[in-house]
Amino acid sequence: MNIRLTSGERAFDILNILLLTLISVIAMVPIMHVVAGSFSSPQAIIHNRVSLWPVEPTLENFRIVVQTDYFWKACWMTVKVVAIGTVINMVLTVFGSYPLSKMHLRGRRLILLFIVFTMVFQAPLIPIYLVVKNLGLLNSMWSLIIPSAISAFNMMLCLTFFRSVPEELFDAAKVDGMGEFRIVWQIVIPLSKPILVTLLLFYAVGHWNNYMAPLLYITDKNLQTLQMYIYSLIAMGNSNDMAVAAASEAGIKLLPEALEMATIVLATTPIVILYPFLQKHFIKGATLGSVKE
Amino acid sequence: MEIQADRAKVLEGMKLQGSKQKTVLKESMWRYMIKNWPLYIMLVPVFMYFIVFKYLPLVGSVIAFQDYNIFRGFLDSEWVGLQWFEQFLTRPQFFRLFKNTLIISLYQIVLAFPAPIILAVLMNEVRKSAFKRTVQTIVYLPHFLSWALVYGLAYMMLSTQTGLVNGVIERLGGEAIPFLQSAEYFRTVVIASGIWKEMGWSTIIFLAALSGISPSLYEAAKIDGANRWKQFLHVTIPGMLPAIVILLLLKIGSVMDVGFEQIYIFLNPISYEVGEVLDTYAYRIGIQNGQFSATTAIGLFKSVIGFVLLVGANKLSKKVTGEGLF
Repeated sequence: MNIRLTSGERAFDILNILLLTLISVIAMVPIMHVVAGSFSSPQAIIHNRVSLWPVEPTLENFRIVVQTDYFWKACWMTVKVVAIGTVINMVLTVFGSYPLSKMHLRGRRLILLFIVFTMVFQAPLIPIYLVVKNLGLLNSMWSLIIPSAISAFNMMLCLTFFRSVPEELFDAAKVDGMGEFRIVWQIVIPLSKPILVTLLLFYAVGHWNNYMAPLLYITDKNLQTLQMYIYSLIAMGNSNDMAVAAASEAGIKLLPEALEMATIVLATTPIVILYPFLQKHFIKGATLGSVKE
Repeated sequence: MEIQADRAKVLEGMKLQGSKQKTVLKESMWRYMIKNWPLYIMLVPVFMYFIVFKYLPLVGSVIAFQDYNIFRGFLDSEWVGLQWFEQFLTRPQFFRLFKNTLIISLYQIVLAFPAPIILAVLMNEVRKSAFKRTVQTIVYLPHFLSWALVYGLAYMMLSTQTGLVNGVIERLGGEAIPFLQSAEYFRTVVIASGIWKEMGWSTIIFLAALSGISPSLYEAAKIDGANRWKQFLHVTIPGMLPAIVILLLLKIGSVMDVGFEQIYIFLNPISYEVGEVLDTYAYRIGIQNGQFSATTAIGLFKSVIGFVLLVGANKLSKKVTGEGLF
């Protein structure tokens, strides 16, 4: 546009850009500091000489972390939960949404009411815990998957999207002799990729970052997830017995902070690598429902 | 020609199907269900999930009115009326927990709620879209880090020995401040880390609202001689208001939920006095000490307050702004 800016407007623009730059820097500094620390020598960290750039660069911290047994156990547990959990989430969400997207389905309103009710009235923590306990799910991977097998909110998003698929397509498919399951697989899913990718990402990140469910349901140290492992490492100072043993054998001076930083960096890497590819889907998903959270 | 004939056939088929459906509707429920069994089969696992993990716990909440015994289950446990509620409300901790929950929630509403609105407005005023996109990419990222990781980052920034912030303070000649090990800074750290994590991501919804404002409104305002500030006051703000009101209502409805993971992760015995909220207390005495009935009473108490607040806020908002959730 060719509008001439007044000096006040120009000043605002400059100030605005400076302010946004400052906010971006604040958003990045903690991450950069930890990345820098993870690549720095323990001596540099203990003397607080690391700010945003590695000092006396080394890969030693990572080497010790990847030798840690519990780290790999936690990784494997998290990967399993994310993979299996997300698949179950998606199957149930699609199965729940497809029939309910059909206006002619008998009992549709009643079933929708049944589901929306659970969004408004949620049970307290303990009764849910008791259900999980009585099903014998405590201290099993399934306690992290089954109690959150479907999200009513995501199902509503999915259902709204399915409604936009023209009914004629389904009718034509039926004329061709397709059953409902094949219609879902061959027509609904390919046509609904945008929403399905979004939900897949929401569910997967939810599982990856989940901390409360493992806190409630998992007490066995061999079954902890990555998030629990990181928290116990930092908050309780459980710097790993295995790592400590390995390091003292090798005569290496250990610094818990250095290992923690390296662990944090390793645990964040998958998300940071995927993030640029996923960003546009996430944004679409966040606005799809018009109101999130 | 052949294709057209085919299409005509399909259309004919669809009409048939359509008329069939009309007759289907007149059929008995039973026959309809048999005919459409795959649709109902798909719903079976979904149904089971909601019954077991949503409705069963809701019914199970009656243990708040019982002296729940794990071995006897909620069908056989003894009924004690409102004993747990009375006990909880008269406990000395109650006032402290309630106060902490409210204060943290209030800070969240006053400080964390407006932050993304302001950021969205600032981003919206940027004309260079490459810069805007870069800012967005950066500020959205923290949302994808878990609270455990955010705690880790906070620790690395704030610890007294190796923290970056304390390093700077010391280099400037100050004393290291035990941010994470003090009651004094607990709320500041929790609120600040919450803003750091979610401020960027929460702008999405407001940016969507902003992009929904018709450019012609701005044109009209300009013709009427409105400068950018006036345009902001009279076009941008009214355009964002519906989204702001709805999100504020939801926030008020969940005043009692201040974010379990966030608080729990930063909490330590030193900060119990100012940081322990209803949720973390419920976890501590419920799951860790096994006081199931008492804890469920706290949970129900919380839900009732949340529900009353939501309905009240909705009524008020409908009166004042005409916007509401229901």
